Amino acid sequence: MEQLKTIGRELAMGSQGGFGQSKEFLDLVKSIGESRSKAEEDRIVLSEIDILKRKLLEPDVPKRKMKEYMIRLVYIEMLGHDASFGYIHAVKMTHDDNLLLKRTGYLAVTLFLDEDHDLIILIVNTIQKDLRSDNYLVVCAALNAVCRLINEETIPAVLPQVVDLLNHGKEAVRKKAIMALHRFHRKSPSSVSHLVSNFRRKLCDSDPGVMGATLCPLFDLISEDVASYKDLVSSFVGILKQVTERKLPKSYDYHQMPAPFIQIKLLKIMALLSSGDKSASEMMYMVLGDLFRKCDSSTNIGNAILYECIRCISCIIPSPKLLEDAAEAISKFLKSDSHNLKYMGIDGLGRLIKISSDIAEQHQLAVIDCLEDPDDTLKRKTFELLYKMTKSSNVEVIVDRMIDYMISINDNHYKTEIASRCVELAEQFAPSNQWFIQIMNKVFEHAGDLVNIKVAHNLMRLIAEGFGEDDDDADNKLRLSAVESYLQIISEPKLPSLFLQVISWVLGEYGTADGKYSASYISGKLCDVADAYSSDETVKGYAVSALMKIYAFEIASGRKVDVLPECQSLIEELLASHSTDLQQRAYELQALLALDARAVESILPLDASCEDIEVDKDLSFLNGYIQQAIESGAQPYVSERERSGGMFETTDYHSQDHHEVTSHALRFEAYELPKPSVPSQPSAALVPVPEPSYYSEPHQPISTSSSVSERESSEIKLRLDGVKQKWGRPSYQSSTSASSSTPPQAANGTSTHSDGGGVASSSSSKPRSSYESKKPEIDPEKQRLAASLFGGSSSSSRSDRKSSSGGHKPAKGTANKPLATVPKESPIPVPDLLDFDEPTGTSDVAATDPFKELEGLMESSRQDGGGSTDVMGLYSTDASAPVKTTTSVDSLLSELSDSSRGTYHQSQTTKGPNSKEALEKDALVRQMGVNPTSQNPTLFKDLLG
Amino acid sequence: MCDLYKLCLGEKVKPLVCVCFSQIHFVLLVSRQGKVRLTKWYSPYTQKERSKVIRELSGVILNRGPKLCNFVEWRGYKVVYKRYASLYFCMCIDAEDNELEVLEIIHHYVEILDRYFGSVCELDLIFNFHKAYYILDELLIAGELQESSKKTVARIISAQDQMVEAAKEEAGSISYIIAQAT
Repeated sequence: MEQLKTIGRELAMGSQGGFGQSKEFLDLVKSIGESRSKAEEDRIVLSEIDILKRKLLEPDVPKRKMKEYMIRLVYIEMLGHDASFGYIHAVKMTHDDNLLLKRTGYLAVTLFLDEDHDLIILIVNTIQKDLRSDNYLVVCAALNAVCRLINEETIPAVLPQVVDLLNHGKEAVRKKAIMALHRFHRKSPSSVSHLVSNFRRKLCDSDPGVMGATLCPLFDLISEDVASYKDLVSSFVGILKQVTERKLPKSYDYHQMPAPFIQIKLLKIMALLSSGDKSASEMMYMVLGDLFRKCDSSTNIGNAILYECIRCISCIIPSPKLLEDAAEAISKFLKSDSHNLKYMGIDGLGRLIKISSDIAEQHQLAVIDCLEDPDDTLKRKTFELLYKMTKSSNVEVIVDRMIDYMISINDNHYKTEIASRCVELAEQFAPSNQWFIQIMNKVFEHAGDLVNIKVAHNLMRLIAEGFGEDDDDADNKLRLSAVESYLQIISEPKLPSLFLQVISWVLGEYGTADGKYSASYISGKLCDVADAYSSDETVKGYAVSALMKIYAFEIASGRKVDVLPECQSLIEELLASHSTDLQQRAYELQALLALDARAVESILPLDASCEDIEVDKDLSFLNGYIQQAIESGAQPYVSERERSGGMFETTDYHSQDHHEVTSHALRFEAYELPKPSVPSQPSAALVPVPEPSYYSEPHQPISTSSSVSERESSEIKLRLDGVKQKWGRPSYQSSTSASSSTPPQAANGTSTHSDGGGVASSSSSKPRSSYESKKPEIDPEKQRLAASLFGGSSSSSRSDRKSSSGGHKPAKGTANKPLATVPKESPIPVPDLLDFDEPTGTSDVAATDPFKELEGLMESSRQDGGGSTDVMGLYSTDASAPVKTTTSVDSLLSELSDSSRGTYHQSQTTKGPNSKEALEKDALVRQMGVNPTSQNPTLFKDLLG
Repeated sequence: MCDLYKLCLGEKVKPLVCVCFSQIHFVLLVSRQGKVRLTKWYSPYTQKERSKVIRELSGVILNRGPKLCNFVEWRGYKVVYKRYASLYFCMCIDAEDNELEVLEIIHHYVEILDRYFGSVCELDLIFNFHKAYYILDELLIAGELQESSKKTVARIISAQDQMVEAAKEEAGSISYIIAQAT
């Protein structure tokens, strides 16, 4: 039956257009179609490859046959097999005079080759010839190949002809020429920078298809440089208006919508042009309003336009009316049964929430439905929305959900993403340090090897530095809880390497600090780790260093050290290790065991991972030795630069810097652009295009200046590297570099907690009751979730934070702005703020001595606490409030584990964890700094709102 | 029944080149059995990467239920797909693109194919995949929609077909094809 149908089709094809394929080809396709497994398919294809290889080598293959072989090659390649043996025949076919063959040849080369293939150079000449052909179909075929195959080097060879074709009589050719130029622009903007005006001109082409195609390159150009296209706003608005009024030919209608694809492209462009521009936005209000009214929301394409309108509104400065329209469209999407529309609705919600944060509230149940939907795509989109609306009041619920989902999926790509989001949210909004450590443990446990190593360093630093406040007791509790949780986890099989590094480091630093666990217990655990993960040298290195610290602390405190037999054998094994690093560590450990208490104490003092180590970078203590050597006739040292200095005359600092780089073997700058390649020369004469201007690229100055600054910054980093201690204490490097880049952050735990607690308790009752009255049948579970997610949205929302932190960002270098704005709004005494700001003010200071500032910070917060009775009063009232909220939160969230409940009280005196991005945190610190003295959450709202 | 290719996630596929501009990165036609019917790559992939992408995506898409979203997030990109009878049309786009629009681009393509072949079916595409390529080339260039008018596309394709007719007189008769096919 199947076969009959096939034959019928073949007959139909024959009568239809006469694509006369041979029997062999039809047989091939059929047998592949009927193959029952991938292996069978592969067998068929392999034998076909053999046949084709043989046939292509036969002399005098008839052209018709050759064309068919080519299509068979395309077919093989399409099925994922290598047909490279036939590429050269495809190239040869493009040279053919017969149009049929030429077209097939072009099809084959565009499918076989990409722009970096060696054979391209053989086609360029043919393309040049064909671009000048009288037959517009040949020109079209050549332009198709141009769009696919011409690379940066060969652009000059065809550019003049392509520019000529912009004025070709056939609109199909003009359109393709535009697309080819667009392609050139993407490949190498400098090559067509002088031709940009052509795009503007083609916008007024008589053919709507050409106009539509012109929008593609214009979109790129505008996204690169908005300012110089502002004048086009009115034209675009005009075009869109005409399109919506059905001024274009009927043939552009699609499902009764007038030229919807052009409308969407125009909306995208206008969103770019009017972003943050009030007057440009105002020009669009009319046409956008019309679109909301005219779009047919029963068709997919109508919804596509509506969605594009929503996106546009989220970019421009919208009028309240438009916002209303957009919100209405979103609620239609969300209420729809179609998953696609729900997805778009969630996406739109995520965009609009930046503008008006209360928009999500009315859709909370729809959002929760989407979150629990079996469709993964929808679920992930919803997580993205939650991520955008996270704040301190709902961070625990959201991150818990995210982690549950993270554990359940196998997709590594998405796992990485969601893990980094969890970490980011936890760093930003953690209500307590214990909670933070728990979350980190979960993230490390389930996505350990996918997490950025910086996250691990941050975690170690947090545990080491504690709260940055004058509360050693709390610090110790935190460390003890970390140690306890790690001792529980450590025996689980197959932990990720990064997590084991953190565990080893923490156990080494603090495992015995509390006296709860004996040195032999901890060292036994560490040996187990080193044994169990014997193939992982990094983990082993961390474990050995941890052992060394534990023994050092034992010796320093005057206790006798018994090295466990398994430790002894581990050390012996490592003494003979092939890894020099491990060997070194083992020797150091062995040497340390033989020292007396006083010496050990000065080598590895207790809990000193945060202490600053002074390094004399000039090695001045060697001066005497050098002096002596020179006096006794040694050659003075000539620096590398001076040695090669004969070539350069340098005085100013930048160029010195530059030469330092160039004097090394590798050059990192690009070579200058090649001179116009030879084939372009004759053709260039035909076109009045100024050749040299190809290479006057406006982008170059930018790129060089950025590379200079990069070089400078990398140089600063290099100096820091010089300070780090290579052996022995892996912690040192990370803590220095991390804390030097991150300004310390204080007292945000207090604020987030008091804020979040108050809001959670009030919100948990209010929205729920309103929903109960509306829809009594809704699952109480969902309501609870909704309340915990959306409850606090009236207070400080994440988007508020974002925008305000964005406002602070540019001020990073100068530190003037925050000084000017913050004191005005915040009740905190100014000198404290100054203390907060100082570390961020000049990065040099931070780079040289990060720990000094830490101390300063601690002092300042101490003053803060002791100096004003108001603050103390706040603490005491706070202490009772959280107890209430924890119970209410508890009843809401059964997932919250016991330990985190226990830690809840503490959090009020804790600071939030430090995070990786200095700038954003810097802004956050300031926000948090505002909070502790303000008991009143509305004040916070006022500040941000 | 042909076995569906399993998902494999171990190695990494090279990230696509273009990140700042929105464009279609590739078009993929796969049958319900996971057989490839057409592939068009607008971003550079090696042959090995291509097979991997196809294997991975057909594993994801063919296993999705009927009422779910027509979009799949995949390696930081989005794949928009639609099923027509036994054939899945997939297009890979950037995460920031308008999915509904791309869904309509797919439908637009299918409508043009339908008009050209006269109620198109999978077999038309199997045996005339090169025709499907020619039509796709008139619709998309370098991953961008170049023509949104069905009529214009139809016109240029038929002009090409006429040219082809003119170019080959020999051996075009129906009887020849029947002889070949049977």
